[in-house]
Amino acid sequence: MNGTGLIVSSSPHQRAAVSTPVIMSDVILALMPAALAGVWFFGLRALAMMVVCVATAVGTEAGLEKLMRKPLTIGDYSAAVAGFLLALVLPPDLPLWMGAIGAAFAMAIAKFIFGGLGQNIFNPALIGRAVLLASWPVFMTRWRWPIFQAPWIPDFDAVSSATPLALWKLSGIKTPYLNLFVGNVAGSIGETSALAILIGAAYLLWRGHISWRIPVSFVGTVAVLAALFGQDPLFHVLAGGLLLGAFFMATDYVTSPVTPKGQLVFGIGCGVLTVFIRLYGGYPEGVCYAILIMNAATALIDRLTVPRKFGEVKKVA
Amino acid sequence: MSFRSELTKGLVRENPTFRILLGMCPTMATSLAISNGIGMGIAATFVLVGSNVIVSMLRNVIPSRIRIPCYIVVIASFVTMVDLVMAAFVPKLHEVLGIFIPLIVVNCIILARAEAFASKNGVLYSLADGIGMGLGFTLALTGLSAIRELLGTGTLLAVPDFGFPGFKVFDRSLAAVMVILPPGGFITLGLLIGLLNSLTRRKKKAAQA
Repeated sequence: MNGTGLIVSSSPHQRAAVSTPVIMSDVILALMPAALAGVWFFGLRALAMMVVCVATAVGTEAGLEKLMRKPLTIGDYSAAVAGFLLALVLPPDLPLWMGAIGAAFAMAIAKFIFGGLGQNIFNPALIGRAVLLASWPVFMTRWRWPIFQAPWIPDFDAVSSATPLALWKLSGIKTPYLNLFVGNVAGSIGETSALAILIGAAYLLWRGHISWRIPVSFVGTVAVLAALFGQDPLFHVLAGGLLLGAFFMATDYVTSPVTPKGQLVFGIGCGVLTVFIRLYGGYPEGVCYAILIMNAATALIDRLTVPRKFGEVKKVA
Repeated sequence: MSFRSELTKGLVRENPTFRILLGMCPTMATSLAISNGIGMGIAATFVLVGSNVIVSMLRNVIPSRIRIPCYIVVIASFVTMVDLVMAAFVPKLHEVLGIFIPLIVVNCIILARAEAFASKNGVLYSLADGIGMGLGFTLALTGLSAIRELLGTGTLLAVPDFGFPGFKVFDRSLAAVMVILPPGGFITLGLLIGLLNSLTRRKKKAAQA
């Protein structure tokens, strides 16, 4: 991204004083509320997971760049962000070395092999999660409830339990909205608290780093489709990784479309896939795969939604 | 061209799996455990040697317009032998390899060697080519399946036909299941090809300097 000297848009070029390190450190700041909520609900174990994932991601990128004699790019913080995001979508009790393997894989296979920042097709953090889920499905679906009271579940077991989406899909038990909103439920470290995620998302929107198009069309599509299929739309918006995915993963600059119309298409596609995986798929949650599948379509979407040039007249066939 | 260079080219220089990238389908499907890899490799080598020799012998008799069906008939005869022998002596391996044994008939390595080499060269060279290519395929499958068996199941060298459970390296519950799934196979193969290419490039550079 930085220093390639190549500008791939038509003139006029307006330069902003925003560079990759600034954006990435703002993203880290915006993830802080969700991370703090994760530590609050799941304890220092969650903090350890974040430290391990960030350290491995940064270390892998630095090590590979040293090995291949490439310029060192860990100073743009993108590796740290990927490691951080990965930790936030892992279950709190996952063995730390598995988190480290996920982070190393995300950096080496999903990012470095494609050519580094700006070249990767898929979101590295989500690839890390998908690989861990495919490799250790047992460990990746072992959840823990943060507190010892969940009176709406019969036979409550705080040590091992299911996420709200799994409870709903498999046993028809609905978790109260307040718990989902605050984050007092089982789930990945940083995905449970809708409140914390929305605070961070508001910061990113206010700073102008992300546009509303992808998150709003993503979340909106999920709500509308859930309602159409006779499900509770608010529950489907609050439960699972939807908000974290919509605001922090689907908006990744590298792997999502750049055209305004394309971003809407991308968000709607993610929403449709998420709802179908949640309702008809083998997994209770579909956000991760939905975003990855739409990542694959990003280049195509960009091509088909090129905006009209100023003054351009529609050709008459 | 010498007998020796034809014999050794298949091992690394023109390795059918890592260099020519032929026979990817059986490579992915049968490289889950070392015993499967070696079994498949030996079966393919036998067919390859047999078909290379016969095709080379008949190369002046086979009309060029219907050469592919003729090769297939020759290859299929050897595959039938392998199929029946394996079913009789290593039934468990036969069951694991399943459809991939009959599919050796259309294995691109064997067809490619018949078309590109045996139909143009003498019997002796074709024999050497078949042995070398077959061993190269077996070697590649063994290496790939060793990595996948170790990381994907936590054991090494399990041979169900001899009732040998294999050497346990770590607990099966900690093994990365993805490695023995298709994506893991492609990623492992890709990394091995990359590694081999970079080693060759380094060697070439060193030779030039």
